[in-house]
Amino acid sequence: MPSLGTSFGRGGATNFQQDVANSDCIVIMGSNMAECHPVGFQWVMEAKLRGATVIHIDPRFTRTSANASVYVPIRAGSDIAFLGGIVNYICENDKLFRDYVVAYTNAATIISDDFKDTEDLDGLFSGWDAKRHSYDPSSWQYKGMDLHASAGDMEELDPRAGNDRFGGHGGLLTRATPPNRDPTLQHPRCVYQLVKRHYGRYTPEFVETTCGVPKDLFLSVAKTLAENSGRERTSAFCYAVGWTQHSVGVQYIRTAAIIQLLLGNMGRPGGGIMALRGHASIQGSTDVPTLYDILPGYIPMPHAYHHTSLDGFVERESNTTGGWGRMKAYMVSLLKAWWGEKARPDNEFGFQYLPRLTGDHSAYQSALKMLDGSLKGYFLFGQNPAVGSANSKLHRFALANLDWLVVRDLVEIESAAFWSNGPEIKSGEMKTDEIKTEIFWMPAAAHTEKDGSFTNTQRLLQWHHQAVEPRGDARSDLWFMYHLGRIIRAKLARSSDAKDRAILDLTWDYPVVGNTRDPDAEAVLKEINGVDTSGNPLTTFAELKDDGSTACGVWIYCGSYADGVNQTARRKPGTEQTSVAPEWGWAWPANRRLLYNRASADPSGKPWSERKRYVWWDELSRKWTGNDVPDFTADKPPDYVPAEGATGDAALAGDAPFIMQADGRGWLFTPMGLKDGPLPTHYEPDESPVRNPLYAQQANPARQILKHRLNPRNENGNGSARYPFVMTTYRLTEHHTAGGMSRFTGVLSELQPEMFCEVSPELARERGLVNGGWATITSSRGSIEARVLVTDRMTPVRVQGKIVHQVGLPYHWGFQGLSKGDAANDLYGLVLDPNVHIQDDKAATCDIRPGRRPR
Amino acid sequence: MAVVSGPPPYRDATVVQPRPGEKVGFFTDSSICIGCKACEVACKEWNHVPVDGLNFLGSSYDNTGELGANTWRHVAFIEQNRPVAADGTGGMRWLMNSDVCKHCAHAACLEVCPTGALMRTEFGTVVVQPDICNGCGYCVSACPFGVIERRESDGRAFKCTLCYDRLKGHMQPACAQACPTQSIQFGPIDDLRTRARRRLADLQQQGVADARLYGVDETDNEVGGLHAFFLLLDKPEVYGLPTHPVTATRDLPQMWRTAAAAAGMLALGVLAAFVKRR
Amino acid sequence: MMKQSNTGSPASATARGGHMESAAELIRRWPVVRQIEGDDKLGLGLAVRSRHSIELKPRISDARVVKSVCPFCAVGCGQRVFVQGGVVTQIEGDPDSPISRGRLCPKGASSRELVNGPLREYAVKYRAPYSRSWREIPLDRAMDMIADRVIKTRAENWEASDEQGRVTNRTMAIGSYGGATLDNEENYLIKKLFTSLGIVQIENQARI
Repeated sequence: MPSLGTSFGRGGATNFQQDVANSDCIVIMGSNMAECHPVGFQWVMEAKLRGATVIHIDPRFTRTSANASVYVPIRAGSDIAFLGGIVNYICENDKLFRDYVVAYTNAATIISDDFKDTEDLDGLFSGWDAKRHSYDPSSWQYKGMDLHASAGDMEELDPRAGNDRFGGHGGLLTRATPPNRDPTLQHPRCVYQLVKRHYGRYTPEFVETTCGVPKDLFLSVAKTLAENSGRERTSAFCYAVGWTQHSVGVQYIRTAAIIQLLLGNMGRPGGGIMALRGHASIQGSTDVPTLYDILPGYIPMPHAYHHTSLDGFVERESNTTGGWGRMKAYMVSLLKAWWGEKARPDNEFGFQYLPRLTGDHSAYQSALKMLDGSLKGYFLFGQNPAVGSANSKLHRFALANLDWLVVRDLVEIESAAFWSNGPEIKSGEMKTDEIKTEIFWMPAAAHTEKDGSFTNTQRLLQWHHQAVEPRGDARSDLWFMYHLGRIIRAKLARSSDAKDRAILDLTWDYPVVGNTRDPDAEAVLKEINGVDTSGNPLTTFAELKDDGSTACGVWIYCGSYADGVNQTARRKPGTEQTSVAPEWGWAWPANRRLLYNRASADPSGKPWSERKRYVWWDELSRKWTGNDVPDFTADKPPDYVPAEGATGDAALAGDAPFIMQADGRGWLFTPMGLKDGPLPTHYEPDESPVRNPLYAQQANPARQILKHRLNPRNENGNGSARYPFVMTTYRLTEHHTAGGMSRFTGVLSELQPEMFCEVSPELARERGLVNGGWATITSSRGSIEARVLVTDRMTPVRVQGKIVHQVGLPYHWGFQGLSKGDAANDLYGLVLDPNVHIQDDKAATCDIRPGRRPR
Repeated sequence: MAVVSGPPPYRDATVVQPRPGEKVGFFTDSSICIGCKACEVACKEWNHVPVDGLNFLGSSYDNTGELGANTWRHVAFIEQNRPVAADGTGGMRWLMNSDVCKHCAHAACLEVCPTGALMRTEFGTVVVQPDICNGCGYCVSACPFGVIERRESDGRAFKCTLCYDRLKGHMQPACAQACPTQSIQFGPIDDLRTRARRRLADLQQQGVADARLYGVDETDNEVGGLHAFFLLLDKPEVYGLPTHPVTATRDLPQMWRTAAAAAGMLALGVLAAFVKRR
Repeated sequence: MMKQSNTGSPASATARGGHMESAAELIRRWPVVRQIEGDDKLGLGLAVRSRHSIELKPRISDARVVKSVCPFCAVGCGQRVFVQGGVVTQIEGDPDSPISRGRLCPKGASSRELVNGPLREYAVKYRAPYSRSWREIPLDRAMDMIADRVIKTRAENWEASDEQGRVTNRTMAIGSYGGATLDNEENYLIKKLFTSLGIVQIENQARI
C-alpha cells in the first residue's frame, strides 16, 4: 500500500475488477488470480476473449497459468530484477508514452546534486546510516526544495525516510511545481535519466541469469507490454501477496508503478494496478483501521516525539499543496466524532486523549512482547496466528505466555487450542498444566447473522443484511465491542484518575435493538460518514471543517451515508447500469471508481484516444464529465494555473492528475515515504541460495530481522548445503487463509483433504520423493510433513549457471478441523519489509527428505 | 458506452431462458475452465449431496476421482508437458474439465430401468425419481460413462438431475450459475449447439488445432447426441471419457426382433413337432 | 417396454384437492394406463412421472431472500441468502452484482455450510490457567470477567510517559489482532474503544 501511496497518492487498488475487461494486455504477477480471486478472474477471461494477451509470471504453473496466453516461470524472490528489466527495455528502446510521462509524472524533475545511486555505492543509496539501520533521505530530494521535517518517521527519534502509513502521500514539498525541471528529459540528474541509469544493468541477459527466465521469453513480454500501451491501448498489472510478502515487497509494487507511469497506463480504462487483496474487508480494515500506526482515513497515529500538540501534529503532517492540505479538518472532525462535546477548541479537541507511538508496534513486535512477558492480554478477532502467522511456532509459544486471551471465532481454531492439541503438546515441548494462559473462546456471529459493510479490493463498500439471528450465545463483534465498552465505562464511572478521562468522555451511545441488545450498525455507519452540528449526515469530505462544527469518523468514507441513505446498500442491478456501475454500493473516495482518471485525458482535457476515452473536459458546461466521477476538482479547467502562494488543491494545475501528491504528479522517483530507497533495486531475499549479481549489498539493507532464539535464520548467500532449496507458500482455490473457514466444512475439505507439497520430477528424483508418499520439509525454525505431489508444473530454474529447485507449500493447514495437517508457517522466520512490517513468506530456503516427520 | 471497440464477448453474460417445452442442457467449454470446483460445491449445497470422503489421491488437483452417487460434477485435471515444437506450440498445459451426467438423447439407464424410476422430463433431461427407485442397480452397469451409482448409505441410485427442481422454478442449475468463467453454460439445446460450434470455429481460427466437440452432434456417437456436451482440447480418453460411447440398449430393437424371430422359430418347431406326431 | 406399476399405485390412495378420488381416476393414474393412453408409449417420460416429480419445485420457493456479500476473499461477490423457518437453507450468487454476475467460487458456494457448519459452537468456553479442559460459562459472566481483566491489566501496566519523559498515555500490556474478516463498523468500534483505553497494539491480517 505505501508503494501505491507514494507513487500516486493513495494506497488502494487504482482500478476496479470489471475494468480489467477493457485491457489489451494483462500482466498477472505475484498473484494466482484464477485460484485466489476466481470470480474476479472472469474479467480477465472477458478481456482474453476479446483478444487481450494475458501474461502470468510465477514460480509455479498454476490454474492461472493454465488460462493465460503466456506463462513465464520465474525464481521466487527475483521479481524486481524482472520488472527492472522491463524498465530498462522501455528506456533503452524509447518505448515510453512521452507526452504522458512529461506532463503527468515527475520524470522531468531534477534531483539534488548530493544524490547517489546504488550503481555508485555498490547497492546502497546515499544517506545510509548503518548504526541506525536506516536512511536519511535529504539527498533524495528535489533540487531547490527544502526537506521539511514533517516527513519524519514515526518510529525513529530523528526525521528519517518513510512515513509509516499506508496512504503515504510521501511527504511535503513547499511548492507544487519543483523549481528545477527539464521537460526534454535530457538533464543527467532529472528523474528520467536517473531511472534509466539505475536500471542500466538490468539487461535481458541479466534477467536470464538472475530470474531464470530465458532471454527471448522475457523480451517477448516486454515487447507485448510496450505494444499494448500508449494512446490507443492500455495494459494492466494485477498483483497480490506474491509481491507484498517479501523483505523488499513494497519495492516490487513500486517497480510496477514506474512501468505503468512510463507506459502511460495509470488513470486509464484497462490500465492501472489492480491490487488484489485477500479478505472480505481487508481494505476496510486498512481504511478504518485496525492497524497500529494510522488513524481512520490514513491520518498518522500521533508520535510521542513528533506530535506533542494538535497544532504541531497538523503542521508536521499536512502538505501545503495537494489533497492532504486539509489534514486539520480531517483530524478535528475525527476527534469530534470520538469525544463529541468533550472535544473543544480549548482542549485541542481532545488530542491529548490519544495514546502515542514511540516506534514499531506491529503484530510481530507484539509477539516478541508476549514472549518477554510485557504483553499480557490479547484479543483475536477472526485471526489465527498459531498457524496463520509466519514462524507460527513462535506464535504458539507467545500465546502460551499470555496472562489472558480472548478468541472470537466461528469454530475452535488452532489459536484457541494450542494448549491442548498443538504440536508442542504432542512433542512434549509444552505441557498443558504448565501453560498459564487464561482463555475465553467466544462464539462469533457469521456474516448472515449481522448487518454491516465490507470494503472489497476495489475500495467498494457493500452492505450485507442480517438474515437470521445468531444462535445461543453467539454475538457479532459489534455487540461484543459495544457492550465491552459499556461495561468498562460503567466500572470506571466513578474514577477520578486522569488516564480514565479518555474512555469516560468517549461518545459511546449507540442505539440497541432486540432481545440481545445489538447495536444498530447503521448508526455506526452514520458516525463514520460524518454529521454537521445538527446531526445531519454530510455528503462529501469537502464539507469537513477544522473548527469543530463537523464530526466524521472516517473522512475517506464521507458520503457513504449521504442524505441519511445507506449508500453502501444500493443494489441497482449491473444489467441496468453502465459497466462502471456507480449505483451499486459506494466506493471511496466520493464514489470514484477509477482513480486518477484525469490522466485518461491529455493536458488539454481531450481523451488520449476515442478508444480509451473515460473522463474529459466539457467546454460547454465548463466541467469534467465522462463515464465516472472525475477524480479531480469538477470545475477546474485543464489550463488552470495556480496563483503564487496558493495552497491545498488550488496549488495544483489543471493538468496535474495525481491530486493527493504534493506536486500533483505520479512519482517515478520517490524522494520520501519509503524506508528502503527512492527507486526499487534488486536485492536477494534474506535466505537465498545465490549471491546478489549486481552489488556487494546482498539483501535489502533496511529489512527488519526480528531477533529471538525462536527466530533463527538459515545461512544464506553462496547456497547453504543445509538448506539448498527455495521454498514458497501460496493459496489454493479450495481453502481460505489459515483454514478456519474452510478446513472445518466437509464440502471444501474433501476437495483438498491433506497438506501437500509440490516438487518437480527432477527434485523428486534427487531426493527420492514419491508421488502420493510423504515428505518432511525442514528449516532452522522447525520441520513439517506433507503428502507429495510430483508435477512438471514446478520447474527448476537456472540461476547464475546453476540449477535452483523450488518447493511449493500451500499454507492452509493446522491441527484442528476436519482436514488437519502441519502448518507451512512453522518453517518461516520473521524477516520483514521495513515499510509495512510484512513478512517474507514467499522466498526462503529449506531442505526436503522423503518420509514422515519424526515424532 | 463501449470503452473498448471491437466485437462484444462471444458469450453474452445474460442467460437465455428456455421457452416452455424447449429442451435444455449444458455446454461445458473446457477451454475456459479454471478448475476451481465451484460447480462441485454449488451442486452439493443445492442438492444436499453428502461428502464423498476425505482422500488425497495424489492425482494432480483431483481428490474426488470420478462421478458417482455422491459426486455429480467432477473436475478432471490433466497435466501435459509436451515438447516445444518449432512453431512454438507445445510446452506445459493443464487441461481441466467439469464432467457431468450427459443426459443422453438415447439413455441406456432410462431404457433398462424396470421400475420407471428413471424418466425423461419435460425439459429433455434424464432424472431418477427418488420416490420410485428401489435400488436394483440395473442402470449402473448400463451407463457407458459410469455416471449413475447406488449410494451406499441409502441404497438408491443417484445422479445429476440437471437441477430439475430449479428448472421447474425458472432458475438456472446451481453449477451453471456458480461457474466463475461460465465454462458451464446452460440453456436451450439448439442455442448451446450453435455456441459450441462457433466457439470451436474461433479456437481453430486461433490455431488451437486440438480443439474438438464431444457429444454435440446427434450422429457423432451411438448415444444419439448428448444434452450435456463438451468442448475439449484433446482426445476424449485423455479426459477419462469414452471415445465412442455406446448405449447399452442400442441394439435392443434388433435384439427383440432376433428374440422374436427365435421365439417364432421355436414356436414353429414345436408346432411342427406336434403336427408331426399326429 | 411395458412398465410395472410404481408406487404411485392405488394402494396409496389419498385425498386430493379435498375430494376422494374415484376408482376410475385412480386407475387412470397408473403408469401402465398412462403409457397406453398417453403420448409416452415407451413409458420413459410423462407416463412414469411420479407424484413427487409432478409436484416438484425448488426447495427455496417459499423462502425469504436477503442480500448479502461473500465473507471470504476481497472480490466481494454478491450473495442471496435464503431463509426458511429462521434458518439459512441456501446461499448462492446474486445475478444483480456487476462484479460477480451471480457467480461464486467454491468457497463462496460453501457459505451455507460455513454458517450452519458441523463444527460451529454457540456457547462461551473458558479455560482456567493450567487447566486441562474447557468449561462453559454464561456470556454475561465472560463479559464481566474480560472487562475486569482489561481494567486491571491496563491499570497495572499504565505508561503515562516513556523513559525520556515524553507523554505516551498508553498501555503496552494489551493488544488485539484481527479485523480483515470483520465489518467496517466493527473495526471502527475496536479502534475507537481500544485507542481511548490507551491500547496502541491494534493489528490485523493486512500486516500478513
